Amino acid sequence: MNLVEYKKKKIICTNCPLGCKINLVYADADEVEIIEAQGNRCKRGLEFAKQEITDPLRVVVTSVRVEDGEIPMASVRSDKPVPLRLMEEIMGVIRQTKVSAPVKRGDIIIENVLNTGANIISTRTVNKK
Amino acid sequence: MRYETDVVVIGAGGGGMAAALSAYKSGADVILIEREDETGGVLNQCIHNGFGLHYYKKDLTGPEFKETLQEELERTNVRVLKGTFVLDVSRDKRITFVNSNGIHEIKTKALVMTTGARERHFNSLGIPGDRVSGIFTAGVAQKYINLQNLKPANSALIVGSGDIGLIMARRLHLEGIEVKGVVEILPYPGGLERNVQQCLRDYDIPLYLSHSVTRVEGKNRLSKVYVSQLDGTGNIIPNSEKVFEVDALITSVGLIPSVKPVEFVKTGPGFITSNTNQTTEDWIFAAGNCTVIFDLVDYVAREGEKAGKYAALYAKNEYISQEKITIKKGKNINIIHPSYIDPNQATKLYIRVSRVFQKAEITIEPLGIKIIEEEARPSEMVEIQIKPFKDNLCKEIEVSAHELG
Repeated sequence: MNLVEYKKKKIICTNCPLGCKINLVYADADEVEIIEAQGNRCKRGLEFAKQEITDPLRVVVTSVRVEDGEIPMASVRSDKPVPLRLMEEIMGVIRQTKVSAPVKRGDIIIENVLNTGANIISTRTVNKK
Repeated sequence: MRYETDVVVIGAGGGGMAAALSAYKSGADVILIEREDETGGVLNQCIHNGFGLHYYKKDLTGPEFKETLQEELERTNVRVLKGTFVLDVSRDKRITFVNSNGIHEIKTKALVMTTGARERHFNSLGIPGDRVSGIFTAGVAQKYINLQNLKPANSALIVGSGDIGLIMARRLHLEGIEVKGVVEILPYPGGLERNVQQCLRDYDIPLYLSHSVTRVEGKNRLSKVYVSQLDGTGNIIPNSEKVFEVDALITSVGLIPSVKPVEFVKTGPGFITSNTNQTTEDWIFAAGNCTVIFDLVDYVAREGEKAGKYAALYAKNEYISQEKITIKKGKNINIIHPSYIDPNQATKLYIRVSRVFQKAEITIEPLGIKIIEEEARPSEMVEIQIKPFKDNLCKEIEVSAHELG
């Protein structure tokens, strides 16, 4: 019989501002399996917890340089969550990016950033100077 | 020029824009006044996501939340006066303002105050040491980085674990500024649990609970921050001192409601209001962080919406103030909002407990309302709905919390 290690972890679900505190017991084998979950107020919490113990995802939020804009920066985000482990690398790509005004909310600034399937999009309007 | 209108809204942040919109939708003529050149208030610099989950059922960033409201506002006849500063609000319903066109006056029927809050400053902490550059409030550092493309530090320590402090810890870290830790005087974090996770734990930024900054040091620019651990009674534990070599100290030590320039209504420290957002002056309504500090812009926008509605109804003589019931803080309640309720109208009660509970039971008596809240903490607001009710004998409601089991 193979011994599977049971691990306990407390996870804060960041899906919504309720921020459910989920107490997890899970088997950390080749395939991670949730044995017990307590505290999640909806099903999304369970999915979040599973993702969180395997490969946590986060939305990237930062800002990008704008040339000829009324302000020097446009705030940007990823249009879906990306692996947390790639965060620093994605920040590096965004830091080297410059766009020209005008920028509209929702404009794609970087397509499919680092092959994550997520686009970096503008979250605000920056008019031309 | 002299203006005349039904409703004036002062402050065009999330609360004010929502208030102006809803007053307009309730049939009022509305003037919205903003001192900055742009509407949106602090939303403009809050470029992180997590806004709008309640209000729009979408995960938005601050600027997206603001532009969504802004676009709705542009489809109305609400007059928005930007770059305009209110000098005086007088008891006879006259608002005096100044902008690049000079000084003008508005005669109004109702007023909504949505003036938000200011950050508490480092100087109010009474920390000894050198008065050096390199000490910023979190909001100022946020504005520098997110809007002005300035780098305020090479390495930083953050004091105060409120949400803005946590958000800034991540922001500085991701911009390549070394964040050596977040220092919190209380034994629990001041911000939302989700922010502790996604701003600190995600990037292994240490959180020093029950720690306090005891001294700052530097020549012109900050170079060292001294931090000590506190015992259960708030006294410094000897020999627990740590020295952080940083060139910036970012403070996130609370917000203070802004109530100026209205000086003749009851405040404590924010505007004291009813469930219909009415202050002690019938024609003045208030909503958002100028009343109490809310956790989420969603709550602020919802409160603004309500204030705008009642202000419009008041202006049209369709809402007449009723006898109000006082809401009293009972055991273990730190903050309660609103302070009065008109029982003919629905109420959304916002509560902060005064300590950490494993499982809190919150009771509202004599209404017989009981709510159970797992892991209730002062930093996370609890909201409770109360339906309109009729009870002529009820003069006071008391809200309390106690540990279950």
